[in-house]
Amino acid sequence: MRIRLRFSKVGKVRFTSQRDVARMWERALRRARLPMAYTEGFSPRPQLSFGLALPTGCESLAEYVDVLLDDTRPETARVEVGALPARLSGMLPEGLDVHAGEPVERRATSLQQEVTSCSWTMSVRGIGRPELEERVAALLASPEVWIARERKGRHERDDLRPSVLALAVAGRRAGTASADGPDDVVDLVAELSCQPRGVRPVELVRGLLAVGSPTGDDGPGPVLDRACRTNQWIERDGVRREPVALRDDRSAARAVPAMERAS
Amino acid sequence: METLWPQIERLLAQVTKPARYIGGELGAQVPVHRPDVAAWLLVYPDTYEIGLPNQGLQILYELLNERPDSVAERSYAPWVDMEEAMRSAGVPFFSLENHLPARAFDILAFNLSAELVYTNVLNLIDLAGVAVRAADRADHDPLVVAGGHCCFNPEPLADFVDCFVLGDGEEAVGEVSQVVAAWKVGGPVPGAPAGADPGSRETLLRALSRLPGVYVPSSYEPAYAPAGDDDPHPGAVRLVGTTPRYPETPALVEKRTITDLGEWPYPRQQLVPLIEVVHDRLNVELFRGCTRGCRFCQAGMITRPVRERPADQVRTMVMDGLDRTGYDEVALTSLSSADYSGIESTVTSIIEDPSCSGQVSVSLPSLRVDAFTVGTAAQIQRVRRTGLTFAPEGGTWRMRQVINKLIREEDLYAAVDAAFSQGWRRVKLYFLIGLPTETDEDTLGIVALARRCVEIGRGYHKGVTVTASVGGFVPKAQTPFQWFGQNTVEELTRKVHLLKDAARGVRGLTVRWHDPKATAVEGIVSRGDRRTGAVIEHVWRHGGTFQEWSEHFDLGRWTAALDAAGMTLEDAVYRHRTEHEVLPWDHLSAGLHRDFLWQDWTDALAAHGLEDCRWTPCYDCGACTGFGVEHVVASAVPPAGGSQGTGQDLSTGGQVPVRFLPTAPSGAAPTPGTGARDPVSAGERRG
Repeated sequence: MRIRLRFSKVGKVRFTSQRDVARMWERALRRARLPMAYTEGFSPRPQLSFGLALPTGCESLAEYVDVLLDDTRPETARVEVGALPARLSGMLPEGLDVHAGEPVERRATSLQQEVTSCSWTMSVRGIGRPELEERVAALLASPEVWIARERKGRHERDDLRPSVLALAVAGRRAGTASADGPDDVVDLVAELSCQPRGVRPVELVRGLLAVGSPTGDDGPGPVLDRACRTNQWIERDGVRREPVALRDDRSAARAVPAMERAS
Repeated sequence: METLWPQIERLLAQVTKPARYIGGELGAQVPVHRPDVAAWLLVYPDTYEIGLPNQGLQILYELLNERPDSVAERSYAPWVDMEEAMRSAGVPFFSLENHLPARAFDILAFNLSAELVYTNVLNLIDLAGVAVRAADRADHDPLVVAGGHCCFNPEPLADFVDCFVLGDGEEAVGEVSQVVAAWKVGGPVPGAPAGADPGSRETLLRALSRLPGVYVPSSYEPAYAPAGDDDPHPGAVRLVGTTPRYPETPALVEKRTITDLGEWPYPRQQLVPLIEVVHDRLNVELFRGCTRGCRFCQAGMITRPVRERPADQVRTMVMDGLDRTGYDEVALTSLSSADYSGIESTVTSIIEDPSCSGQVSVSLPSLRVDAFTVGTAAQIQRVRRTGLTFAPEGGTWRMRQVINKLIREEDLYAAVDAAFSQGWRRVKLYFLIGLPTETDEDTLGIVALARRCVEIGRGYHKGVTVTASVGGFVPKAQTPFQWFGQNTVEELTRKVHLLKDAARGVRGLTVRWHDPKATAVEGIVSRGDRRTGAVIEHVWRHGGTFQEWSEHFDLGRWTAALDAAGMTLEDAVYRHRTEHEVLPWDHLSAGLHRDFLWQDWTDALAAHGLEDCRWTPCYDCGACTGFGVEHVVASAVPPAGGSQGTGQDLSTGGQVPVRFLPTAPSGAAPTPGTGARDPVSAGERRG
């Protein structure tokens, strides 16, 4: 049986890497004594697959993991999927909470391939709201936005414009944890395409630096303070859905104050 | 005191591995500080990944948080990028639980497990905003405390640390907490001298100096005098004594020893880190102490006597620990785990427990070198059979008799044969070079042994590899080798080259070595006296932190610091100490009689081995009698297999059994040693 679980990663734990999170899951699943399916060979590992990697330092309300259970074990049939979110949340470190889960086809397409875009909220520092609004408008008006990227140790230039599906400056929010006072942080909302490749929030901010700047994408300008992936989307035949929908909006609503509390 | 988290959070986007600084491990506690409890910041002065697994620190962390009169948080050395970010943002050294500044604690307690971290200790005291020199601290500055194996010669840090705790810390930390908590609220301080000013730092320190096992360096006065004619360097200024300043101060500080490990089932809540660390697994301590009697081994000397944990408790700690942590690996730790009474039944009961369902692997980090041990290892490493490590330490039987590591060639070959025949493909062998009386024949014996091991392995599998990992020997305080003059950098380098040349072209054999320059620096601090403090401070002030990391290590900084202090490597490190010379740690005791150590040193020079006293008559080293405890072992007979401690005739070593040698050894016969066999340092004559 394959089970797809939706979880959030908020607060201090956001500074751990995707690999760290994978190891936290392995331990949590062992503690929960789920009848996991293991890989063959000298170093058997539980069969888990995570979707799009979340950059270290970013938060998320919509992470997913596929867990494969061992169908040859009698306990597998008795696993109550509906009870798993609460059970596993108690086993995971603070800041990781499971919100929903459902069985999926054993041979379902991998999350990595299936997800087409992600929604983000971001806070940036070092730029005033009016200027940020101008830059957002300029970026959206540009046919292409070239930024420097490092990939596998090589410097490349990439046009990120096609991946920016939506971008807007969000309304003011009341108070932030910032030491410089609430005024220096401005929030953005964005939807970024994952295909052919994903754009990271920090790259989007670099893009905002690049537009309307004669010196390109380096130099002083907006700095990413915080980013949170709020949704991952699968779009097929013009219909957009989430890999695992929340049963109601309450669990997502619970996660938001958790983010502020856990920081 | 307010948390620094908002400021710290801003720095984390700029640094590598930011999760080192967030805390939040499973098992971490979030203590509530109160004015009348002693607040400890337990610090491991190396990176988070190295420090987090330290079991000593974790044990004290739990004990202190269980007590009503103390709380404890933890911290580790921030990596250089984080330190730079912290210094430029004005963020001081902080704790991981509440992210409080280090100055908010009453006690900064450092774990000293290795000499090369000493400059980090100074750096962290400074990053905490506390005066680096103990004498410059104000009454209510945090108390700087240190514990761990290096405290058996604490003198190089005597100027910077307010007090050291020698030996097992379980009981002592409680007593220190009581004194500090009483002093903090201005009440009567237990043990304070009559009429002392209750709030002064001196009152606190003098009260602490009366606790058993606690050494307060400022309560002692070292004296120096020009050396006499019996010294190879007449006129050199030598330490002639370290004596108490106050009437209540003990002349000799004895280490602390807990008698029954069964009373201390800690850590109960081993920390499970969020990021990958070294030894990332459940650890359960089987026993403390070791009486194998390896003469180079400080740990084996200073942790006597042997105290085993009851087997039932081991099992309970393993099962509860796996259940609580979700780890799939448990290490049964000690200085020689195969020596634990009933190791087999303990291991079997763990792996056959239904709750482990074949997915848990057990490891014995310190294997004895014999086939029996490998059999046990094979049984427990049914999953993940990667590499096995053995530590013959010396290349020839003669060398191993000198160091009292009584492993015969046949033991090693049988062990290696067993390992390769049971599916292992990689064997790692640990050796030391620069040992007393070592000749080139002994050094080259390392390659001869290792290459024979490759040949044995090839009988089973073409792709086997053997790695000989070679470290330079550093003489340590409170051991029989404390009088030995360490090999020079040049001599160790020469020996490394001998090994490299001999191993060249041998397929499947790799030689790895520890940097002889780092070995020299370990030697500066391992047996240094208080004058070494100036050297450590100089190195730190010139940017020398993280010296155990090769990318940050620089011998030049150390030699410049020695120059500035008017010292030389020659005198501080390479010089043999004489029998009656006052040693910097003579006023501190690990329980071992000095005449026992000297006798063992002369036995070493005569290549005379000594059996394990657990199963043979007592040699009166002093460790048991001095503390009124006996070795606590469940078995009156030695474990089966191998020659170590089995009462076999030890004069029969050095023979190679035919069974393990399908072909006669060819080529690269060890060349005879270069130097004459000088009793102390053959091949090591220096102009």
